[in-house]
Amino acid sequence: MELLLFNAFNGLIQGVFYALMALGLALILSLNSVINMAHGGFLVIGAYLAYTLILYLGFWGALIVGPILAGVIGLLVERALIRPIYKRADPLYSLLLTFGLALIIEDLVRTIWGPQGLPFEVPDIINSPVSSEYFFVTGYRLFVIGITAAAAIGLYLLLRYTLLGIRIRAGTRDLETTSALGVNIYKLRALNFGFGCLLAGLSGVLAAGVLGLTPPMGDSLIMPSFVAIIVGGVGSLFGAVVGGLIIGLAAGITTTYYPAASEAVIYLMMLIVLVVRPRGLFGEEGLFE
Amino acid sequence: MNRAIGIAAMWLALAALPWWMPLIGGYTTLGSKVLIYAIATMGLNLLLGFTGGLSFGQAAYFGLGAYGAGMTLKYLAPSTPLAILIGTLVGGLAATVLGPLVMRRRGIYFAMITIALGQLFYFVAVRWNQVTGGEDGLAGFSRQNIHFGSTVITLDPTNFYFLVLICFTVAVAIMWAILQSPLGHTWVAIRENRRRMEFLGIRVERYVWASFAIAGFISAFAGTLNALLFNFTSPQDLHWILSGNFVIMIVLGGMRSFFGPLLGAVIFVVAQDYLSSLTGNWMTFIGMIFVFIVLVFPTGVLGFFRRRLEVA
Repeated sequence: MELLLFNAFNGLIQGVFYALMALGLALILSLNSVINMAHGGFLVIGAYLAYTLILYLGFWGALIVGPILAGVIGLLVERALIRPIYKRADPLYSLLLTFGLALIIEDLVRTIWGPQGLPFEVPDIINSPVSSEYFFVTGYRLFVIGITAAAAIGLYLLLRYTLLGIRIRAGTRDLETTSALGVNIYKLRALNFGFGCLLAGLSGVLAAGVLGLTPPMGDSLIMPSFVAIIVGGVGSLFGAVVGGLIIGLAAGITTTYYPAASEAVIYLMMLIVLVVRPRGLFGEEGLFE
Repeated sequence: MNRAIGIAAMWLALAALPWWMPLIGGYTTLGSKVLIYAIATMGLNLLLGFTGGLSFGQAAYFGLGAYGAGMTLKYLAPSTPLAILIGTLVGGLAATVLGPLVMRRRGIYFAMITIALGQLFYFVAVRWNQVTGGEDGLAGFSRQNIHFGSTVITLDPTNFYFLVLICFTVAVAIMWAILQSPLGHTWVAIRENRRRMEFLGIRVERYVWASFAIAGFISAFAGTLNALLFNFTSPQDLHWILSGNFVIMIVLGGMRSFFGPLLGAVIFVVAQDYLSSLTGNWMTFIGMIFVFIVLVFPTGVLGFFRRRLEVA
């Protein structure tokens, strides 16, 4: 029972990272119509920049500035590379472009910070276990859940109540009409891409505190995030979060009984969802069909 | 007529490859690898370029073919033809079974599901240690000489290259025949205007399924040859990075032309081989090739020259 709780909690933490990644991916997918294969790359950028920034700004500064820098790099990448190919209707090109970016980012990170894993120090105040019985519930893990919840709620409020958020939602529904109503959709899409990358960077910094830093760490998180979106339903941000948490939990629980299948179970769940409910748990009918 | 001469010249050049390849500093195994990747990508191009299905997980079926062949040799029987047959069936049937899950989807969603499905097999290969060799890959098997009655064909690298060339020729002939058939024409029509085909009463989904399955069989066929070439296969043969490489080879050569993927495979495999011997940062250069092709060369090398000819 203890073991089950332990693994389920671990899975939940993994799920939080998947959810945060999937949230950014889904944001970019819906407004920019791009599957950002480089999303794992932005996660790694955020994490490694935070690692370096800790020396100058301390943990709290790095936690804030690292993701913001990942977002700014996202903005620049969008402006330089992705904007020129919006007019191509075939999604093939944006896929290949971000795929190439993913390779470049991983290789550059490996060159700059080295191929071996690096430790990511978390301040003691938030890193001690909350109780001696449930030693695995460290303060940092609760902190991760808290920050993610805050980010998700913040994003919800932004999309629901601010002018920018309303424009983003309008652009997701009908980009052409939004543009005709006088919204600069290029700026909107650039900002949105930056937001997505910022969320990736944030999950990178948070994940670094639990998993440590390695250049391919983005690789292992991006595929489950795709699954999170498919399970949760394409077109639904809420679905992406729920999907991420569900598959994380499922992987954790599976670890208790049959560790070898803990990764495969994520993809099996996707298969089941696709058979039983092809549009995902909260997806809209007819989207991309 | 010009086309026939071109194809004959290409085939002669391929047949003579073991003799001229060493002269320019290459080696026969590299030639085999190019042809194997050409089979896989031309098969994928039936789906990607001719049917318009954006499959980004083709390495799964390539890798299943490779593991199928390797495990046949290791656990079942020491027979090269049997390994090729079983590997092709394993990968192709997997694609056939999974096809219905993706055939209704389009564009981005099609790509996402195919990517994620591919990862399922990757993790099975990584985690099922005792059988698949796990992260280290499947070793401990080797291609067996082929027995024709009393004659024995030894499969040294050169002879194996000729076996690959024969397989390539057969695969190309099959794909060509399919594209000339009503099936192939229906695929192109679906690519051009899916809704119209639906209104005409064509069961579009079944045709996409057929395309997905056939592409899977051909990629798996190539995968079996790849396992036999190196007497080894690893989870990397199932990984989505290889899927992405397949797609870029197709785009690089020209996805609207039949032989485009062959040209793309030649350029990509040679460039990868050369760059990785030159610099540890070859991944960055491969990534830059991706970005460059998308921004500057979206119609591929063949498409580029074709357009130049039309302008002239």
